Amino acid sequence: MAVQASTTPKPIISVIGLKKSFGEKHVLRDIDLDIYPGESLVILGASGAGKSVFLKHLIGLLQPDEGNVIVEGIDITIAPASECLELRKHIGMSFQEGALFDSMNVFDNIAFPIRRHTRWSEDEVADRVHECLSLVRMEGIEDKFPAELSGGMRRRVGFARAIALKPEILLFDEPTTGLDPINTAAIARVIRHMHDQLGVTAVTITHDLNLAFGIADRLAMIRHGVIIAEGSPDEFRQNPDPYVQAFLNGEIPADEEDFV
Amino acid sequence: MMGWLDSLGRWFIDVLEEIGRFFNILAQTLLWSVRRPFDFAEWLRQMVRVGYDSIPVIFLTTMFTGMVLALQTYRGFERFHAEGFVGSVVALSMTRELGPVLVGLMVAGRIGSSLAAELGTMRVTEQVDALYAMATEPIHYLIVPRVGASFFMLPLLVLVGDAIGIVGGWLVAVGLFHANTVQYWHSTFQYLEVNDVTSGLIKAAFFGLILAVTGCTKGFYTSGGAEGVGRSTTNAVVMGSLSILLSDFFLTKILF
Repeated sequence: MAVQASTTPKPIISVIGLKKSFGEKHVLRDIDLDIYPGESLVILGASGAGKSVFLKHLIGLLQPDEGNVIVEGIDITIAPASECLELRKHIGMSFQEGALFDSMNVFDNIAFPIRRHTRWSEDEVADRVHECLSLVRMEGIEDKFPAELSGGMRRRVGFARAIALKPEILLFDEPTTGLDPINTAAIARVIRHMHDQLGVTAVTITHDLNLAFGIADRLAMIRHGVIIAEGSPDEFRQNPDPYVQAFLNGEIPADEEDFV
Repeated sequence: MMGWLDSLGRWFIDVLEEIGRFFNILAQTLLWSVRRPFDFAEWLRQMVRVGYDSIPVIFLTTMFTGMVLALQTYRGFERFHAEGFVGSVVALSMTRELGPVLVGLMVAGRIGSSLAAELGTMRVTEQVDALYAMATEPIHYLIVPRVGASFFMLPLLVLVGDAIGIVGGWLVAVGLFHANTVQYWHSTFQYLEVNDVTSGLIKAAFFGLILAVTGCTKGFYTSGGAEGVGRSTTNAVVMGSLSILLSDFFLTKILF
């Protein structure tokens, strides 16, 4: 888009003609999207628009019916499993409710990917865990279990775990759903902070406008499984599409009046 | 008429899908079991969970089964003065049939259900997806040690159970009916062959494999939140127990 036009860097993620159906339900109809290194892209959409399904394709949790997903030059829809496994070490994903392992405490949760994929000593692991926790501003809770944490804290620990292996790409699945406005603002700040500090590419899906405009370099909107608008925050606000405007203003779009 | 055919067809497809999932998980488990890293700590933890933690249940089950067996056969054999064979009957029944099947059923209830509940909860809270996202194959990390532990621990549990059952029979015969201890032990080992014990242990290993793969499969394919986890747990026990009883017949036919 306009932001990238002057330099036209190579996209780090390219999604081409992505289609996905579950039975009769066509969730993703035809998605084309390039994501550039170092940007923070937010994908907006109403509940059930296919945002989560889209994000899961980026890491290979779902396989498309048609289309290609090219991450760091590797087409994960056709690459061998071993290559995809290797690639996933470069991607950190944060899940809706944190998806922490509830049999492990916070320390072991964050240490999990490190112990699994590196040969670091326990001291090095501990250093990295503390580093990750301080980046999400959650120092001192290493011994707590996920059940003892609040929703916002669980998500931050989830962030810390996602960045443990120093990924190049971070994916956030609805990071503020179910949180109060103050926690939402805190999460937005943490995501912004992580993005700036680590220089990673961040892809966030949400329907939370405060979060979206708080962290986005660029926004895109999914509706009925296609991308109907994209652009910088300013461009996005000016977008003439009636649905985009309805979404931004919290109104019921004209073509959905009948269903409400 | 069509509605009836429709639901029959759907049921048939569901059954085929279940079987397909079972063998898919089984095949992937075997494939991943030879790949590194080997998580010894996790293997040990699961072996303690399946084996050591099951001992109290197995103790009570096999002890009372041995006792009842002696009680029943003693009363029956008395009628034609064959009390001397009670030891043989208890030993052969325990090692060949009751030990493996009862231990299998008890562990299916204890472990099959807890595997389904554990993996099912991990599935619906996206912990399974999180593993995958952290470049860790869930089958490798979660299922291989659980199925492996069950496969190796079941024969050991059955070996212990066989012994406890035989002791239970002896307790009743000697304690209640004042049978001669020496004669009881003589009768126990008189007709017992190594093959009786080993074939029971082989059956047990298969039962361990079946109940763990069933529980893991149910848990792994859970959907639909807390209700889904409940459904998976129930199904794991029902399907696990039924599979044990059905496969018992065929294994017995092959092994003996």
